[in-house]
Amino acid sequence: MTNLFGASGATGKLFDAFSGAATSLSGPLPDPSTDAGWSTEHPKRVGFFTDTSVCIGCKACEVACKEWNLVPDDGTDASDLYRLTGMSYDNTGDLGASTWRHVAFIEDVRPHGSATAAHGGPPSGVPVDAATGFLPTGLPAVTDGAPSSPTLRAPRDAATAPAPGETVDLLALLPDSGAHGQQTPDDERDVRWLMSSDVCKHCTHAGCLDVCPTGALFRTEFGTVVVQDDICNGCGYCVPSCPYGVIDVREDDGGAHKCTLCYDRLGAGMEPACAKACPTNSIQFGDLDELQAAADARLAELHGRGVTEARLYGRDPDDGVGGDGAFFLLLDEPEVYGMPPDPIVTTRDLPEMWRNAALTAVGLGAAVVAAFWGGRK
Amino acid sequence: MTDANPAEMPQRSRVDHDAVTPRRGSRRRGRGEELQVPEAEFRSYYGRPIIKAPVWKNPDVPLYLFLGGLAATSSGLGALGGATDRPTLRRTGRLAAAAGAAGGTVFLIHDLHRPARFLHMLRVFKPTSPLSVGTWILSPFATLAAATAASEVTGLFRRAGDASGAVAAVIGPALGTYTAVLFSNTAVPTWHEAHRELPIVFAGSAAAAGGGMGLVGASVRDNVPAARLAVAGAVVELAAGEFMERKLGLLGDVYQKGRAHTLMRASKACLAAGAVGAVLGRRRRWSAALSGLALMAGSALTRFGVFDAGIASANDPAHIVVPQRERIRQRQATTGTEVAPPDRTFA
Repeated sequence: MTNLFGASGATGKLFDAFSGAATSLSGPLPDPSTDAGWSTEHPKRVGFFTDTSVCIGCKACEVACKEWNLVPDDGTDASDLYRLTGMSYDNTGDLGASTWRHVAFIEDVRPHGSATAAHGGPPSGVPVDAATGFLPTGLPAVTDGAPSSPTLRAPRDAATAPAPGETVDLLALLPDSGAHGQQTPDDERDVRWLMSSDVCKHCTHAGCLDVCPTGALFRTEFGTVVVQDDICNGCGYCVPSCPYGVIDVREDDGGAHKCTLCYDRLGAGMEPACAKACPTNSIQFGDLDELQAAADARLAELHGRGVTEARLYGRDPDDGVGGDGAFFLLLDEPEVYGMPPDPIVTTRDLPEMWRNAALTAVGLGAAVVAAFWGGRK
Repeated sequence: MTDANPAEMPQRSRVDHDAVTPRRGSRRRGRGEELQVPEAEFRSYYGRPIIKAPVWKNPDVPLYLFLGGLAATSSGLGALGGATDRPTLRRTGRLAAAAGAAGGTVFLIHDLHRPARFLHMLRVFKPTSPLSVGTWILSPFATLAAATAASEVTGLFRRAGDASGAVAAVIGPALGTYTAVLFSNTAVPTWHEAHRELPIVFAGSAAAAGGGMGLVGASVRDNVPAARLAVAGAVVELAAGEFMERKLGLLGDVYQKGRAHTLMRASKACLAAGAVGAVLGRRRRWSAALSGLALMAGSALTRFGVFDAGIASANDPAHIVVPQRERIRQRQATTGTEVAPPDRTFA
């Protein structure tokens, strides 16, 4: 099966390379599979919508992914088996050749009353809530320990500060805290936990796929991007070409590896292992258009509940990669989760690069000829 | 859990300004840098890199770039040296072209993490992959250059050797500049944002290397074109390199620190010394050869420096976040949207 798909995928990419170089390197592209040479009979484009507002950081996705795809451990050596990062409960650090799902874990710790504009709190000079030190944005206002109606609260920016004297009882909010990240009160510090299961974005315009010189990477009929391990020669060009830092070369086998969106399971009509294992439905799998609609609805719901910091990432087909097949609902800026705030596929500029290089080559040739100018003797 | 180190907080972290902005108070200030970075503050995930640094091997890839550049211009010197009755230049150029291409091919294959599969490069031709295009440039070039060198050494099939040498010389310049696209067409900020300048730097570097080789190998009687090419290449490489570093602004900081800085400084010293030596000492065999070696060293050091700068850039989250945030800010300023950039549409 893989070979069959691989062969047609590679042919499709070749076709794409010749015909699509000028038209499909960037910008919105409704149907990347057809653009890559698949017949229009192909299945609908699928993807992931990862709603981090309900992620509990259990890492079942990481485990399910490893088990299904037989991904080896992430450690580089036996003593580093668990890759203890020491920074948070994150012990895989980032996506890589042997980490196809990565649960980012952000322990947003601040000393009591230390919130500043830079932390997303009110700017200096504005009174900060003495009890909590920072404004838990979007949390329903609470007074006297009793939850009030979920009033819209000020977003976390310098323009809007809490009214002086307002207090927020974080404990009372815990039952509802899933939608805002986990929050824990403490005598000496304020803690907020953000968790997000990161994964390959299966970009509409995938830099890794564009630059692969062997055709090992190809666009599947589901619109996803997959490495054919029996073709990859480990050149490593895909690695720095991914604007998200997803794909990497595995040390021991020399091949480039990343999430396949469980290509084998898709073919059998099953959902990917991570989505199947996710206990809170943070990872949602489905047809991309349906996921986008669901994400829009979820975002509207959260905004309606006052979680104004919620935002979609990778949802927009007009962005620098033509939109992601795997996109996210985040509760803070993407860079806080280790994702680039405004990624652009590198091949967007490739036509200009080729023009520059060709002109320079002509100039170099002319320089060689000119060096012989005037004859000799 | 214990208290996390505040320095590692994923909050808007204050960054060493000397590390992020161009040298403070130096001549680099206020030179109309394209990338205006109002503040070197950014947020990140515990300061970890966002993109993956290239896994290309060092010294394989920088050496491949150097040898490719050397071969690119040497083939031209060899072909035209033959056409203008400069036998020592012809011989040097032809042998250097073949050796450079062969050595470069070896390094390129050795750089693969699965070298046995190097022929997989020839499965497809993909204009979207500079490495694929480069393979299709290098393969015929190396074949023709080797044939030319074989004819040169054996004295057999002279006409065929001339013809293959001429075709190699036509392909050569492409071999010398495509490598700039190879680097630029990545998400590595310092490489990608230099995609206008890098081909010129690499072309200058190729001219300095090939010309330098000509100075080393050709007789005083034959070495004028090599000296001219080498000096022109060194001047272009120095000027374009300086321009590139300045224009990169924030992203140019990787050329101002660490190993890349050392390499680039050494490169500039070698190029300048070699160029002066080539002008003043061309007529003496030993000084011509010494100048040629300096020019070749300068060319190679540039490749190593650019390579190192790219690694440092990829590993620096500021290089990703700060320019992209600035891009978002400018886009918002243009479109008037203040809530969110287009890629994070609020319903």
